[in-house]
Amino acid sequence: MKKLIFMFWCALLTLPFMGIRGAAYLFFGIAVSYGFYVALANMFGKIKKPDLPVNMKLLSTALIIFSFALPFLVRDYYTDVAILVCIYILLALGVNIVIGFTGLLHLGFAAFYGIGAYSNALLTTALGLDFWSALILTLILSSLAGFLLAFPSLRLRGDYLAIVTLGFGEIIRLVLNNWDSVTRGPNGISNIPSPVILGFEISSLKYYYYLVLLFMLSAAFIVKRVQRSRTGRAWLAIREDETAAEAMGINTRKYKFMALTFGAFWAGLAGALFASKMHFVSPESFTFMESVFVVCMIILGGLGSVPGVIFGSLILVLLPELLRDFQLYRMLALGAGLVLMMIFRPDGLIRSRQ
Amino acid sequence: MLKLESVHTFYGHIEAIRGITLGVGPGEIVCLIGSNGAGKSTTLMTISRILTPSKGRVLFEGKEIQNLPPHKIVSMGISQVPEGRRIFPKLTVKENLEMGAYLGSRGQGVRDQGQGDGNQESENLLEYVFNLFPVLKERQKQLGGTLSGGEQQMLAIGRALMSKPKLLLLDEPSLGLAPIIVSKIFKTIRELNAEGLTILLVEQNARAALKLAHRGYVFESGQIAKEGKGRDLLDDPDIKKAYLGE
Repeated sequence: MKKLIFMFWCALLTLPFMGIRGAAYLFFGIAVSYGFYVALANMFGKIKKPDLPVNMKLLSTALIIFSFALPFLVRDYYTDVAILVCIYILLALGVNIVIGFTGLLHLGFAAFYGIGAYSNALLTTALGLDFWSALILTLILSSLAGFLLAFPSLRLRGDYLAIVTLGFGEIIRLVLNNWDSVTRGPNGISNIPSPVILGFEISSLKYYYYLVLLFMLSAAFIVKRVQRSRTGRAWLAIREDETAAEAMGINTRKYKFMALTFGAFWAGLAGALFASKMHFVSPESFTFMESVFVVCMIILGGLGSVPGVIFGSLILVLLPELLRDFQLYRMLALGAGLVLMMIFRPDGLIRSRQ
Repeated sequence: MLKLESVHTFYGHIEAIRGITLGVGPGEIVCLIGSNGAGKSTTLMTISRILTPSKGRVLFEGKEIQNLPPHKIVSMGISQVPEGRRIFPKLTVKENLEMGAYLGSRGQGVRDQGQGDGNQESENLLEYVFNLFPVLKERQKQLGGTLSGGEQQMLAIGRALMSKPKLLLLDEPSLGLAPIIVSKIFKTIRELNAEGLTILLVEQNARAALKLAHRGYVFESGQIAKEGKGRDLLDDPDIKKAYLGE
């Protein structure tokens, strides 16, 4: 009954935008997909647990093969969207290390993303470096930013940390916006060159997609390995109970520094790839909304679970693209979706094992 | 083995302990008793350096430790069972125990998941803890938060033992537990001590603690009011009146 009311409520929300027929469609759409979900859950519930990893392995192999074949199967427009998805996955993986693994509520990740994008842009345009040497410097710079921010914020916990990091994100954006002589202010930086490998310029969408995809897959692999290492365990302990972690002999300070630096590293990589894909960066791309959006991705997908993060980013980037015709209310749909999520799957779509 | 020399510690703005001097010899069970807010837990937290003393020295095996960070203290062989147990509720019992071995055998304790059987030593320790508390073995795959209070306390003690401590700090192990479980836990403490482990115990349950302990200290508003052998304190008329309800 409760579920029925919620479906009705969702449909009601969209009534002003879609008219009565649209709302009815939505209502039945949700009802049908919920029925589908229940059926699916029943099916998976019956499968014994040891069987699941095998299925997951098969599934992920299939998905990886599909992702490599993608540019040949769809229009360029979707390849373009897929590049964006990969970049957001990279960013979300970084955020997931800090929020999902270590439990530090960080709301300023757009800052590291922005630092990555702007360093890459400035190093390649103003200093004329090639993409790869600029990328290395960019990664160093963004990691360093993560490391430096860790100093003031590690004394804080919970809400206070969120406030400080939120402030940090805004500071970076304002600096980018107002430091005209270097960042050219709100006009942004244009003419960022494409990456070049062995004299071959990666200018076409297809090739750029493969570049980003490779980065994304290796990032997912590395992050997953780190999660299962000693370091990952230490992060987990800090997330679960910081005082107890300390009593276990875990150097909480050190591991929080590591989490923030490592997270900023991936965000910087995402930023660099974003800059050289768009050939243009401006402060608008690194607002607070961007940080919130990425946090939504990892919460939707499942905090602390790498497949979840990938899935969450996929949905949250794809959905607005697919709903482009309904510009006006896509944020509303997003909000309603998140509310529903919190009711039916509070741990995220693909919940973390731990 | 452990010595506190006129230690002062602030808890927030309040000076919770004011000039505590006490010692724990090797192989002893020492208990700290006293009313709420007398500074017993603060003393333990000062030893494990979760709180920092403002004055005074803490010596462990002759070395000053009051300025070391908490993880160094654990690696020196002091392990704390925190008040209210603080197990990791969303990890399984086994994972909880493995987390306790984080520093075990110089960084080999927690192994990478999915890399074979890990090292022998942490397996042995795990076996040891399971022998001590067979119920944990039965429930090793269960999430820590689903255990009963007594089982959680056992898990917390087991977890602390996983780092192979020389000195075990126990903060109110009987808190909120049924009497039968309390006596079981106390029996285990005695067994651990018989194996050579030194134990510093904070307890509200003064009678049971004093019976168990070789020596005791009575805390009153941040200072030590009395000290002596467990038996003697048990017979002390003042203490009988104040803490034992006679």
